[in-house]
Amino acid sequence: MLLKRIIPCLDVDKGRVVKGVQYADHVDAGDPVEVARMYDAQEADEITFLDITASHEERRTLFDVVSRTAETVFMPLTVGGGVRDVQDVRDLLNAGADKVSIMTASVQNPDLVADVAAKIGSANLVVAIDSRRRGSGALVADERSDATGEYAAARALAAGGDSPWEVATHGGRRRTGIDTVEWAARMAEAGAGEILLTSMDRDGTRAGYDLEQLRAVADRIPIPVIASGGGGSAEDLADALREGPDGGHAQAALAASIFHFKETTVGEVKRQLLRWGIPVRPPVGSDA
Amino acid sequence: MSSLPPTVAVIDYGAGNLRSVAKALERSGLRTRVTDDPARLRDADSIVLPGAGAFADATEGLRARGLDGAVRDHIGSGRPFLGLCLGLQLLFEESDEHRVTPGLGLLRGRVERFPDRDPDGTLLRVPHIGWNEVRFSGQHPMVDRLPDADTFYFVHGYRAVAADPKRVIGRTSYGGEFASAVAVDNVFAVQFHPEKSQSAGKRLLDAYRAWLEACL
Repeated sequence: MLLKRIIPCLDVDKGRVVKGVQYADHVDAGDPVEVARMYDAQEADEITFLDITASHEERRTLFDVVSRTAETVFMPLTVGGGVRDVQDVRDLLNAGADKVSIMTASVQNPDLVADVAAKIGSANLVVAIDSRRRGSGALVADERSDATGEYAAARALAAGGDSPWEVATHGGRRRTGIDTVEWAARMAEAGAGEILLTSMDRDGTRAGYDLEQLRAVADRIPIPVIASGGGGSAEDLADALREGPDGGHAQAALAASIFHFKETTVGEVKRQLLRWGIPVRPPVGSDA
Repeated sequence: MSSLPPTVAVIDYGAGNLRSVAKALERSGLRTRVTDDPARLRDADSIVLPGAGAFADATEGLRARGLDGAVRDHIGSGRPFLGLCLGLQLLFEESDEHRVTPGLGLLRGRVERFPDRDPDGTLLRVPHIGWNEVRFSGQHPMVDRLPDADTFYFVHGYRAVAADPKRVIGRTSYGGEFASAVAVDNVFAVQFHPEKSQSAGKRLLDAYRAWLEACL
């Protein structure tokens, strides 16, 4: 049976982990490779690096981090952030990423996903969608009008969607008018191998994943869905992964803060999930 | 018999990351060389054909470097061969990925996309991504060195359908049962990624090393 996955996510800026991380003193708090090593020891199912480096010149640092990680830990690694074209995807895979995630570029250039799928294949391609409930949040009106032209092609592609959510860019600050559920369906058709769905309404709140949105997307598309945004406890992860009328129906759950702040470990979360009947890989040292 | 550990050539044909493959082999005590030069495959004790990406891209990458012939020669010489992921699929006669593309044709059968539905009629999400169980059985020295079952990391939308069930020595359930490991004589190949499968991956690569040492 294919097992559900628990995926710690690290934000990486100029080659260092950010987000006020606090680790035991034997681990260098800021080196992504050391953090990856810790999650490898906990037998996390995958790890995700999200590069938030603003300038293009500093991208080389990311490639270095990815290759050092791939040489050090023998676990699956997904890398996203700032991926613009087919060559970026290829370079990251060659550096040691197993999957590459595309976000903004797919919204600005809806043909990119089909292009990558044809040249490199779907299995290693994740399309990340930042999404929020329509009409929610303090969005600046002129940012909305700015977005109208830039995202016209993507919005047309997802026309006809009437879900309560829309795709957002720029860290969730800019709405695009692109229907989230319809957009996920179009990206799956174009050749995305997986959808990483982040609720920007929940991101950082630790109030639980947006289960209604997860369900709507997971039930609509025939590819795996990774839940992101709002995971604050083992219960939240279980809800995102659960089938049934109240579950999120996701195949994997991404979490940042609950692991970074060492409140719990991947192993402890998995022990709980197994107790609740969620099929995950048994944690290290378990006979389950 | 040499006292040095066996040397494994990891074939570089432009398809994905080879560093983790080489490092994982080294962790199991093997000496490695990553190369795209057919001449440097000839004196290796074994070769590893890794790969991620699209099938057609991979066959083109092999052919352009003259590596397809080198792989055939190596296998013909009777020395051990390990295929990983796409390296398993490439052994078969052809693949449906995007367009029908011929493979190396060393094993009979073809590479096809997973079905849209499970045998029970429920939706099957494709690609198959994540950790799943492989049950090993059959007549091959690798089977004797592996546990009955272990859990490995997969990421693929297509899988091999072997014409001869005797070649299938690892089976995994997804959309029915599929061939997650195949073997014949000196050829052993897996659909999953031992180099990404943490402790289970190490067990498999340790078994590979033991097999190589027994062959030398």
